[in-house]
Amino acid sequence: MSVILKVEHLAKSFGGVKAVTDVSFEVRAGELKALIGPNGAGKSTCFNMLMGQLKPSSGRVSLDGQDITGHSPRDVWRRGVGRTFQITGTYQSMTVAENVQMALISHHRKIYSFLPRAHRMYREEALALLALVGMADQANRACAILAYGDLKRLELAIALAHEPRLLLMDEPTAGMAPRERISLMQLTADIVAERGISVLFTEHDMDVVFAHSHHIMVLNRGELIADGTAAQVRANARVQEVYLGGGTLFSPEDAHG
Amino acid sequence: MGLLIAQLLTGLANAAALFLVASGLSLIFGVTRIVNFAHGSFYMLGAYIGLTLMNILPGHVGFWGSILLAGIAVGLIGVVVEILVLRPIYRAPELFQLVATFGVILVIQDLTLMTWGAEDQLGPRAPGLRGVIRILGEPVPLYDLALIGITPFVLFGLWWLITKTRLGVLVRAATQDREMVGALGVNQSWLFTGVFFLGSALAGLGGAIQLPKGGADLLMDFNIIAAVFVVVVIGGMGSLPGAFIASVLISVLNVFGVAYLPSSTLVLMFVVMAIVLTVRPFGLLGREEVAGEHGQVGEPERPIRPFGLTGRLIFGAIVLALALLPLYGSPFAQVLITDIVIFCLFAASLQFILASGGLVSFGHAMFFGGGAYVSALAVTYADTPMELAFLLAPLGAGLIAILVGWFCIRLSGVYFAMLTLAFSQLIWSLVFQWGEVTGGDDGLVNIWPAAWLSDTTAYYLFTLLVGLGGIVFLRHVIHSPFGYALRATRDSARQAEATGIDVRRVQWVAFAFAGMMAGLAGGLFVFSKGSIFPNELEIAKSFDALIVVFLGGVKTLSGAVVGGAFFESVKDWLTRLEYWRLVLGLVIIGVVIVAPEGIVGTARRVGERLGLVKEGEGTR
Ligand SMILES: Nc1ncnc2c1ncn2[C@@H]1O[C@H](COP(=O)(O)OP(=O)(O)OP(=O)(O)O)[C@@H](O)[C@H]1O
Ligand SMILES: [Mg+2]
Repeated sequence: MSVILKVEHLAKSFGGVKAVTDVSFEVRAGELKALIGPNGAGKSTCFNMLMGQLKPSSGRVSLDGQDITGHSPRDVWRRGVGRTFQITGTYQSMTVAENVQMALISHHRKIYSFLPRAHRMYREEALALLALVGMADQANRACAILAYGDLKRLELAIALAHEPRLLLMDEPTAGMAPRERISLMQLTADIVAERGISVLFTEHDMDVVFAHSHHIMVLNRGELIADGTAAQVRANARVQEVYLGGGTLFSPEDAHG
Repeated sequence: MGLLIAQLLTGLANAAALFLVASGLSLIFGVTRIVNFAHGSFYMLGAYIGLTLMNILPGHVGFWGSILLAGIAVGLIGVVVEILVLRPIYRAPELFQLVATFGVILVIQDLTLMTWGAEDQLGPRAPGLRGVIRILGEPVPLYDLALIGITPFVLFGLWWLITKTRLGVLVRAATQDREMVGALGVNQSWLFTGVFFLGSALAGLGGAIQLPKGGADLLMDFNIIAAVFVVVVIGGMGSLPGAFIASVLISVLNVFGVAYLPSSTLVLMFVVMAIVLTVRPFGLLGREEVAGEHGQVGEPERPIRPFGLTGRLIFGAIVLALALLPLYGSPFAQVLITDIVIFCLFAASLQFILASGGLVSFGHAMFFGGGAYVSALAVTYADTPMELAFLLAPLGAGLIAILVGWFCIRLSGVYFAMLTLAFSQLIWSLVFQWGEVTGGDDGLVNIWPAAWLSDTTAYYLFTLLVGLGGIVFLRHVIHSPFGYALRATRDSARQAEATGIDVRRVQWVAFAFAGMMAGLAGGLFVFSKGSIFPNELEIAKSFDALIVVFLGGVKTLSGAVVGGAFFESVKDWLTRLEYWRLVLGLVIIGVVIVAPEGIVGTARRVGERLGLVKEGEGTR
């Protein structure tokens, strides 16, 4: 499998706080890769540097061999990367379907047209995407009143509208019931397998992680401490220390205790 | 050489009052995140109160004591304003706060008029500092030297207060992280009140301390506020040293401007501001605001809908009734409705960027008046036929909006509001001071429509067609992909960028488009009146539109139109009252606090309660 995303020595500090230090990894085409780690480990910061929401302090990000370090989110989007956010940022003043239609309007480069009626554009396509993520029956609801789990599904539909080759999903199942998590992740896995999309995702639910990822990376205090298959990661001594050492699963304070 | 030094000293002396006012504004903003547009009014009150006290209290102690007391009195007035007006709306969207402080300006203007009368008042001279000394042969007033001596102490005093005292620790904590103050176990609302006292007192001191050089008049509030915004924007919002440097820069520049480029004094400071912002978008010492993952303030928006059948029928009936007006209405009614339609188009264009784009522009009149002036200039100097000159109004205004937008769009929220206000003052100053070309205060006259439109009824129908057409088009654009994209940038800029929407560019285009539509209204205006004067470019004109949009209901275009029609109809009646500003100001403050959804929003809510309108059915 070819390498689609390559990250070399990525680092970010906020003032004195080193949020991410020297992270290097690869994502291969068609792969589902999980990035796990305790709260505050630097996962979201990594994602933000990959897609350009944050400029890295140092290091390099390349997509298909082309350097995209510090490029704007728009540029990275144009190159076929979609993402969902830990804290969702859907358009509150639009309906569920309109949110997807907006993404499709952007995808078809129709943002600057003043004449057509937006709510009729790409409606069928939008409904199909919503059906795909199991939101068809909520198409006409106002986005502002959705449950959190549904917002996550909506974000997935929005990201898919651009037919991405790489999806970055920051906690895609947060706010869902355990069974819903598994089923959504299964759904995601099916969709990306069918469309040949690679996925990098963060997740706190270990059941989801071990059930659905081909490879797992573990980040702790901004440092990548493991990268491998589920079995390799489980066997990794440092990971065990971080996750099991102190008993509490996600407390970073326990890591070096 | 002597002259240069004398001028430099005058500039430094003038900087004193400006710095006091600007530092107060900065301080209040830093902690409460409210841009107090009424800050100029506090300055004016400081001058009047100081003057009254100086007439009562004699001697040295009386003079300096009056200045101090004026500061304290204004600080207390600030506290009253904070408690009555701002406390209820700290959590409201920025626009509401800005509009509320504008209401305060109006109220204070009339209260000042009631108390001190309309006459300009000359300030007394400072006892013991009446004379001049000669520096290299040039006379320099002693009082100027005193001011130059005092300013560093004020700067140092504030610095000490902010860095060395407990209040300062809290202020700094609040400036950086408002939630943290709560965590420190401090009563946040009293911290806000305290800061408001301090900030207002500084403005009051500024007003009182400049008395021997200036005096007191009723225009002081607007005159200083534009300068203060420029200072704060140049220095960097929330930075005291920045405010100091910028005050000195602007004041010194002004003095030299008066001496060497007398016809460009007003423009000069805006030019400096434009240059600084091009190089440093957040001012000399300002820091970029880190955009966090924030949600929207206020009530969540409802999805918009195109007009239903009922809406279309009602709109059609109104248009028909208006179109047939010449058959049954008087010429006076036609003139009145011409004015109303023009104003509604202007207000609707503002509502478009305000509501869909979340861009709170405080200088929208520059496009209305700007468009009108472009037409008028074309007619006056190039004998352009009316039809072409009319088209130049929206084009010219659009061009101005593209230029101004380039500077403004890069900043967000209150910075954007202040900058648009400053630019509108720039355009106004240009027109006002460049008398040879623009006629200055005398305006441009004899700008009449072509023969086929010269009849009142013909022009009425033309206005109806173009004005209502413009409003319908604005509505259409709100529902177009571009309108949706604009709303997307407002709802979540991060999401928009991540899905390929160029947030800044979309906002820029929207700004230019709104400017163009305002220019269209300006074009209709100038040919309906046959003349144009600089007051169509004034801050007050921009505020008229803001108030209308606000009173009608910010969130709907129909609100702007209803508000515009309402305002234009009652204006004649209202302005005949002696204290109409007081009434209007109180109404505005009342609406902000009690019915923030405006006429249309409140009507809809009431309708929903009574079951007349279906839940969520919008008229947009
Ligand atoms: N804008 C910022 N300014 C300062 N510090 C930041 C900023 N963003 C993140 N941090 C810090 O960087 C570290 C990593 O944060 P990040 O959000 O990347 O963690 P995370 O792994 O995504 O955690 P979680 O599982 O809670 O989402 C944290 O210590 C956080 O406080
Ligand atoms: Mg995170």
